[in-house]
Amino acid sequence: MAEALYQRDVYGKTLVELGTQNKDIVVLDADLSSSTRTGMFAKEFPERFFNFGVAEQNMMAAAAGLASCGKTVFVSTFAIFATGRAWDQVRNSIAYNNFNIKIVATHAGISVGPDGASHQALEDIALMRVIPNMNIIVPCDGPQTREAIYTAVSTKGPFYIRLGRPKVPTLENKGQFEFGKAQMLTQGNDVAIVACGIMVNEAFTAVKSLREKKINARLINMHTIRPLDAAVLLQAAEQTRGIVVCEEHAVVGGLASTVDEVVAENHPTKVMRVGIKNRFGQSGEPETLLKEYNLTAQDIEKAALSVIG
Amino acid sequence: MRYNETKIKELQDKATQIRRLIIEMLAEAGSGHPGGSLSSTDLVTALFFSVLRHDPKNPKWPLRDRFHMSKGHCCPLWYAVLADSGYFPKEKLMTLRKFGSLLQGHPDTRTPGIEVASGSLGQGLSVALGMSLAAKIDTLDYRVYVLLGDGEIQEGNIWEAAMAASHFHCNNICAILDYNGFQIDGKTCDIMNLEPMVAKWQAFGWHAIEINGHDMKQIMAAYAQAQDIKEQPTIIIAHTIKGKGVSFMENVCDFHGRAPTKDEAAQALKELS
Repeated sequence: MAEALYQRDVYGKTLVELGTQNKDIVVLDADLSSSTRTGMFAKEFPERFFNFGVAEQNMMAAAAGLASCGKTVFVSTFAIFATGRAWDQVRNSIAYNNFNIKIVATHAGISVGPDGASHQALEDIALMRVIPNMNIIVPCDGPQTREAIYTAVSTKGPFYIRLGRPKVPTLENKGQFEFGKAQMLTQGNDVAIVACGIMVNEAFTAVKSLREKKINARLINMHTIRPLDAAVLLQAAEQTRGIVVCEEHAVVGGLASTVDEVVAENHPTKVMRVGIKNRFGQSGEPETLLKEYNLTAQDIEKAALSVIG
Repeated sequence: MRYNETKIKELQDKATQIRRLIIEMLAEAGSGHPGGSLSSTDLVTALFFSVLRHDPKNPKWPLRDRFHMSKGHCCPLWYAVLADSGYFPKEKLMTLRKFGSLLQGHPDTRTPGIEVASGSLGQGLSVALGMSLAAKIDTLDYRVYVLLGDGEIQEGNIWEAAMAASHFHCNNICAILDYNGFQIDGKTCDIMNLEPMVAKWQAFGWHAIEINGHDMKQIMAAYAQAQDIKEQPTIIIAHTIKGKGVSFMENVCDFHGRAPTKDEAAQALKELS
């Protein structure tokens, strides 16, 4: 059994590492520092941590003020509030100014579980993806979360990093993490499966099952949504019979839409979307919800088989 | 800061010149917001030419006081004081709102001297709060000035920032409220009443100073008083007249967001001499 980690635990620890190395790092949270784990940074560096209370709009615009004075600002809350509640502040005060502000949002997707629909961000990638200058990373596991955070610090400009609530199994042998470059986890020319976040692990299970049926699937971990690795997608479009896109997000506006845009313009091919289809979430345990919303390895396999036809 | 009769007269004259620039650039642009630019002119002129610690030749000087215009639509005023201070040549003012200009329709960081964009109302007090917190982290003694509009403070984001600025003891923040009593659709008291203004800010933990925003002596005294407040942020609640200085624009709602025609501009410049 592979190790399983909370991405947010990794985030909190990474922040503390970075806080020691870099005195310009400032961290903001909106009354969720125990859940997002920014509390770990707060404990070590209280003079560089500010809790804004339940006021996300103020937090985002204040991050812009701090960044204008040379600070690298990490801003955390749940994905639904970071992207929805404070969208205009993120657009106008953060992205428009191209500031060094790293929005690290936790509790994204349906796997939030029992909290239900109001807290399950299924449209956050869509909301961030339409804003110019915004870089987006959806790490697939704990170790990749650390790599994403380091990348955000060393890369100028605003970032949106999407993390989940539950523990996620660590995927071994992913190869080196390179910002903007997808990771090819398995080779295959029958079908390509493009996934991000916790869906990479589900897709990996699907790939193994397909292999038993003599179907070779190419699994691509698209951890960086912006800037998108278009080359790897076009290669997949050219060399396979079709693409399955898997994301714990609405099937509109997110990774699937990104893939659609790239292949439609350059090399049209069949694209099937495994994601949430025009529904709000609801309460339940993550595994129950992943089944109910057709986000399991079986659903990915079914989509792959339908692509092959 | 020191001021005497001569200094007051100088600032009054400077304010007239700034108003002339505002009229000229808006007439040339053919669109923009004269009303609130003119109502804030005395407040911002005093700030730029007598209060603010800044060096237009070294705009990134770490110890500079920060100024942010949260009511971004009044940027003709901001552009006028920046140009007059030497951040960029005055000729550029006549490119306001034109394609490729340094001077966008709402403030943008391509303009020398502007550090954060604005235009979407209600965010600037938070921006000032961030600048204030950065000063505290770095133990620098610069101050942060931010101009707010009265219609703007109907935004909830303003009150989130107001609460936080007193919570964090941001005594280095001086907000300036241009209380001209008008917004696009009419009088603030009819559209969405803001009173009791002073009590609201005091209840949020601010030191409030109420002045006539066209009386240069009161303006200078208010800025001086704000610097002496040690525990709280300060707000100068400045009663002003929308369109101040041009008889046919004063308290006329239409001139919130309409530029003067060439004829109107000529008439206005006659009055501002």
